[in-house]
Amino acid sequence: MSTTTRSPDTRGLDYLEIRGLTVDFDGFKAVKDVDLTLLQGRLHFLIGPNGAGKTTLVDAVTGLVTGTGLASYGNQDLLTMKSHRIVRAGIGRTFQTATVFEELSVLQNLDIAGGVHRSAWSMLRARRGVPTYVEEALETIGLTALRDKPAGTLAHGQKQWLEIGMLLVQDAKVMLLDEPVAGMSAEEREQTGELLQRIGHDRTIVVIEHDMDFVRSFADVVTVMHAGAVLAEGSIAEIQADERVQEIYLGHQPDTAAETGSGSDADEETTVTGEGSHRA
Amino acid sequence: MSPRNLSLLRTFAPLLGIAVLAVVMLVVAPAVLSPFRLNSLGKYTCWAIAAVGIGLAWGRGGMLVLGQGVFFGLGGYAMAMHLKLEAAGPGNVPDFMVLYGDGTMPGFWEPFRSGPFTIFAILALPAAVATVIGWAIFKRRVKGAYFAILTQAMAVVFATLLVATIKETGGFNGLNQFTQFFGYNLYDPVNKQMVYSITVGLLLVCLLIVWQLYRSRFGELLVATRDAEERVRFLGHDPANIKLVAFVVAAMMASVGGAMFAPIAGIISPSDVDATASIFLIAGVALGGRALFLGPALGALTVGYGRTALSEAFPNQWTYFLGALFVVVILLLPRGVGDLPRLVRTTLDRRTSA
Amino acid sequence: MDAFTTPLLAGTASGALLLIAALGLSLTFGQMGVINMAHGEFLMVGAYTAYVTQQVVTNADLSILIALPVAFVVAGLLGLLLEVAVISWMYRRPLDTLLVTVGVSLVLQQLAKDIFGAQGDPVVGPGWLEGTIPVFGYNWPLRQIFTVVLAVGALAALAALLKYTSFGRQIRATVQNRDLAETMGVSTRVVDRITFFVGSGLAGLGGVAVSLISGTNPNLGRAYIISAFLVVVAGGLGQLKGTVIAAFAVGVVTAFFADWTSAAMAQVATFALVVLFLQLRPQGLFTVRTRGLT
Repeated sequence: MSTTTRSPDTRGLDYLEIRGLTVDFDGFKAVKDVDLTLLQGRLHFLIGPNGAGKTTLVDAVTGLVTGTGLASYGNQDLLTMKSHRIVRAGIGRTFQTATVFEELSVLQNLDIAGGVHRSAWSMLRARRGVPTYVEEALETIGLTALRDKPAGTLAHGQKQWLEIGMLLVQDAKVMLLDEPVAGMSAEEREQTGELLQRIGHDRTIVVIEHDMDFVRSFADVVTVMHAGAVLAEGSIAEIQADERVQEIYLGHQPDTAAETGSGSDADEETTVTGEGSHRA
Repeated sequence: MSPRNLSLLRTFAPLLGIAVLAVVMLVVAPAVLSPFRLNSLGKYTCWAIAAVGIGLAWGRGGMLVLGQGVFFGLGGYAMAMHLKLEAAGPGNVPDFMVLYGDGTMPGFWEPFRSGPFTIFAILALPAAVATVIGWAIFKRRVKGAYFAILTQAMAVVFATLLVATIKETGGFNGLNQFTQFFGYNLYDPVNKQMVYSITVGLLLVCLLIVWQLYRSRFGELLVATRDAEERVRFLGHDPANIKLVAFVVAAMMASVGGAMFAPIAGIISPSDVDATASIFLIAGVALGGRALFLGPALGALTVGYGRTALSEAFPNQWTYFLGALFVVVILLLPRGVGDLPRLVRTTLDRRTSA
Repeated sequence: MDAFTTPLLAGTASGALLLIAALGLSLTFGQMGVINMAHGEFLMVGAYTAYVTQQVVTNADLSILIALPVAFVVAGLLGLLLEVAVISWMYRRPLDTLLVTVGVSLVLQQLAKDIFGAQGDPVVGPGWLEGTIPVFGYNWPLRQIFTVVLAVGALAALAALLKYTSFGRQIRATVQNRDLAETMGVSTRVVDRITFFVGSGLAGLGGVAVSLISGTNPNLGRAYIISAFLVVVAGGLGQLKGTVIAAFAVGVVTAFFADWTSAAMAQVATFALVVLFLQLRPQGLFTVRTRGLT
């Protein structure tokens, strides 16, 4: 796979720009002065050891935690906006634990994600038929056959696809995906990567990932974070050649390197649950 | 049955339920019940109207509203003030104001001489109060038990305020001795039955409203908010607004129930609207099935009937039954008695498949 | 000066009562996420224990001293019974627990009515609590001072228990991370039960203090429970510090409003203030910070 076919010069129409982003948890800086430019049409990967601040960065951009600095998208500063407004501005995200509405069917899950674009009045009407954009999303994520199944019965990988499908229905121009392939089989990873490539042309896609094979196969641009700051950025070849990155990943600092590469990110886990499901 | 027919049945079975309820309550009940019993059924119907709203807010929206008595009371007192002024006649002040005070009427009573204003107030007052309180609570993401406690506190405060304002609201005794209902003599049995029929009609209207809400996209979103509020935020919705709509609609329904309660019961007093009364309203919803369509209304009718029947048979033990109902139903049948068929079915399925 | 000190000191005393009632609530709410609406009835049970003790030990000077530990144990055991019989079956359903305990509270109130009658019974205060002490020109009744001393004593004992005993460490571990505590060998079941016992027992103590001020009454719990809950809500979940500040704040503010207007208006004002306060600090005075979203 070559990165030249997706050069930013020909496709960079739309972008999310982060400047000097800092997140401060009572004196602990989880994200320190991060600059990032995320361009449309590229698969952008965010990697780094546990506690590097990857999820916190995404949290800050999506209004879950307060950050200082600038995160601008289409003349709007996301850091000053509430979560649901950010979604309406076209920024969508997923979470480490797939959070779909278990009791609703696949189709209903997708349909409910399209609510942003409906008028208040049409919200009071029952659903009649399936909107074409829902149909298309269903097709794209390959769950057409399972459309009437309750989302709770889906396999783990299918739930992640459903979440991506919900972002498609939301018409998210920027997709921030937090470890979408964790816990997937090799074949599912392959399918997910291809799915991201398919939908990535006219979108800005950022993937937080630990699985280096997956990163190698699909990344256009890789940003390495360490201790809250950006350590390196470039193509996968450049990153692999970078000495500082090797240092972190190859164990010159044993305290952090011991944890890298593992599938899950326990101390950094962000889950979204309602009151009920939290206790369930 | 084909899947299509099945889904049609699922959509319209509730309408069938409403139709059956309409026939039973509007045709059968007046034919077989004595005027006294029919009047009692009217009282239960008022509670059922409030219960339909609680089903929406609590069953579908997950908001445990422990202070619906406040809204029941807003409607009840608004109506009672109008009836009181009707009984007093034009230019006169209600009797209790002469009895307890100096015979001057507080200014806020004056507009309730008008029937249309009263009807407007019955809908607008609870909507305004619920909007202000709901906005303050939901926007700051106060929820769960905190929300329940605050609504219960609201009911306590409301009842205390009523008791303390004897000159303005009749205090502990409340408002009673109504003679007319929008020009109709309330001592005439025909008119009493008309008031009953209006009440049943309002219950049916409320049921139709929640039927449409439940099958709408808003209904799906409300359930989604109940089950995963934070996730809904990332669908681009502010959960506070979704909850606010359900809370306000529930408040208005409680108010309508209260408004009809005044002429039917012939009295509205702090004990009809305080914390205990609010809890009583919840009991029927829990019994019938909080999230089921007809559960709250049928549950409220049952609990209302049970209260009368048990109070007649064992004057002092009714409270034990009410308390036990909460413990047994919530502990063993959290989805209500209406959930029994499903429970039996799944148990049988498990038996046969095992 | 009197217009200021009178509500201040009287408010401090009622704040102290709220504190004893709220301590137990805050403890169980913080640890188990359980709202026990029957907690007010444990206060009532404490008051009736004082009354019954006085029927057995007629010496009023002595009976109140005996009543304190007895009330603690009686209310504590009742709480334990409630936990074992009902609440432990529904830990995953906090709102449902709230409703079940509403039912329990109704039953307990009716029981008190049937056993002791709907009218309240007086409890004779001990001779050594007769009289007043002048404080800044206000004759502060000794009974009110006793309430404050009792509350501060209970608070100190609870704080010491949490801080210095291994059981206290187990409680704090359970509050902070139930699953982790479990894997570290803490039996959270046992911890929950003892917490419930202690929390309910504290309400029993509060009941004895209430009985000295207003006698017994089947509906006595209802008068305190909502204010106590507002204290817990305003103080922040499971935070002793917040509960203490909020209890005295609610007590004193209510006393001032009652002084300026009426008891009823004071209730309205306090409720409005709590809602306003939640606008500023939706999680209460103090909160435990977590990175997860709940």
